[in-house]
Amino acid sequence: MKKIEAIIQPFKLDEVKEALKGIGIDGMTISEVRGHGRQKGHKEVYRGQEYNVDLLPKVKLEMVVPSSRSEEVLKALTAAARTGKIGDGKIFVYDVAEAIRIRNDDRGESAL
Amino acid sequence: MRHLAKLCALALFSTPVALLAQANLDIQARMAALETATKSAQSAGDNAWMLISAALVLMMTGPGLALFYGGLVRRKNVLGTMMQSFILMAVVTVLWAVVGYSLVFGGPSPFLGNLHFALLNNVGSAPNPDYAGTIPQQTFMVYQLMFAIITPALICGAFAERMKFSAMLLFMVLWCFLVYFPMAHMVWGKGGFLNAFLGGRIPCFDFAGGTVVHITSGVSALICALYLGKRLGYPEFPSKPHNLVISFTGACLLWVGWFGFNAGSALAASGLATSAFVATHFGAAAATLGWVVAEWLDSGKPSVLGGISGCVAGLVAITPASGFVKPFPALLIGLCAGVVCYLMVTRVKARFGYDDSLDAFGVHGAGGTLGALLTGVFATSAVNDGLKDAAGRALPLGLVDGNGGQVLNQFIGCGIAWVLAIVGTLVILKICDLTLGLRVSKPQEIEGLDVSMHGEEGYIFES
Repeated sequence: MKKIEAIIQPFKLDEVKEALKGIGIDGMTISEVRGHGRQKGHKEVYRGQEYNVDLLPKVKLEMVVPSSRSEEVLKALTAAARTGKIGDGKIFVYDVAEAIRIRNDDRGESAL
Repeated sequence: MRHLAKLCALALFSTPVALLAQANLDIQARMAALETATKSAQSAGDNAWMLISAALVLMMTGPGLALFYGGLVRRKNVLGTMMQSFILMAVVTVLWAVVGYSLVFGGPSPFLGNLHFALLNNVGSAPNPDYAGTIPQQTFMVYQLMFAIITPALICGAFAERMKFSAMLLFMVLWCFLVYFPMAHMVWGKGGFLNAFLGGRIPCFDFAGGTVVHITSGVSALICALYLGKRLGYPEFPSKPHNLVISFTGACLLWVGWFGFNAGSALAASGLATSAFVATHFGAAAATLGWVVAEWLDSGKPSVLGGISGCVAGLVAITPASGFVKPFPALLIGLCAGVVCYLMVTRVKARFGYDDSLDAFGVHGAGGTLGALLTGVFATSAVNDGLKDAAGRALPLGLVDGNGGQVLNQFIGCGIAWVLAIVGTLVILKICDLTLGLRVSKPQEIEGLDVSMHGEEGYIFES
């Protein structure tokens, strides 16, 4: 099993969800996060006081998929999340040791 | 037989005379009834407008100012900031009932009223012809109370996010006695030192509170900011307003409420009230544009915070002038206020480095002083003929009427308001500092006033 952790532009979330649904992936966890890589932030001014906002809003998607489907998911995800500009985000992939469905103790890929 | 003829003749003649006399009496009675009815109709109209105005002015403090200030602080201080405005609606009301109204409007002395109206004795439904002859004195009393509430509430912007609630309460009570009551009496009370219309020594024009409300609160705000010191992390780690949407809502409520503040200060539903209403609206509009354009040219973007700050600056500046100036001077006063206050909060504050957190001084102190001085320039008897010579002719008011000396009178009025605010506030701060301590502790400041002072949070999304 692989855990896929993708940090994407918030406005791309709907497209990414549609793309994943299209290939039959419907389990995922989403959180609103802030961060930055090479993308620079922006300047805000409140009554003359300047603020450099360098931590920008992003969305983090986490999902665990069978290793055999990992490549396919990554392809769909990148295609849907890409604008081609700085700030599109990153994807990290991890090996997962175990998965358990709390409701009925299913283990491994059948718990996904 | 001859007697009978005489009697008949007499009867024939006297009947019309008696009838005529009776008709005369009837007309007199009707005239008197008509006069009473007219007076009572005027009283009803004036009273309706003044009660609505009183409610509008209260709306400026809560929710207006509470929302405006509440949105400008950090999330952890939103309730603490709103509570400062709200609790004054309660505290000042009690003070006003006990002695406040009397100390402002009782008696003819130059600096402070007497106890004639203490505990609201002698304040009933009969009008007080010294101030407002067509409305119940109780209406006048409650209308003026709303001014006494919002004035100290304005100061809260300067010490936002760091003052103890207990110290703030003590400060405000003492401030009403040492600064607001004397200043309001001097300008608006009968025989007050600066009262232009009721026998003052120096006739200072202040229609709705440029000196009484905005200079006193704005200058006291600066003293508070200097005395309390900066917030933790200021200015190296400045904090952004946490919710400009509620600040926007608050500013719009202030704009609407200000019609009660300024037009209501005519104390009647009169042409003067209309004139003040128009001037108020025009001042706010021009100041909004003045601030937004200045900011647009200066920093590249016209901000919403700039727009709402500009409108408040214009409303402040037009306050003393509203019942004295024509619409176009009102536009000009507003425009000046928008630009000047923009420079105050961006340049002057940065240059001197004081932490007037929500710009109570930059907007109310500066805008109030500017407006009070410009009132001396643009006041005209074409708008307000309240000042008359012995022959009943309206006297010239400001520079535009040819009375240049009025600008000096306005200077003196502003000077007295500044000095009273500085000295009074310093004394009160010292008293509060020695008894209760002014500032919350460092951990409390980091935690925020909502939890540390009030034991609650403004936004709880999980429940």
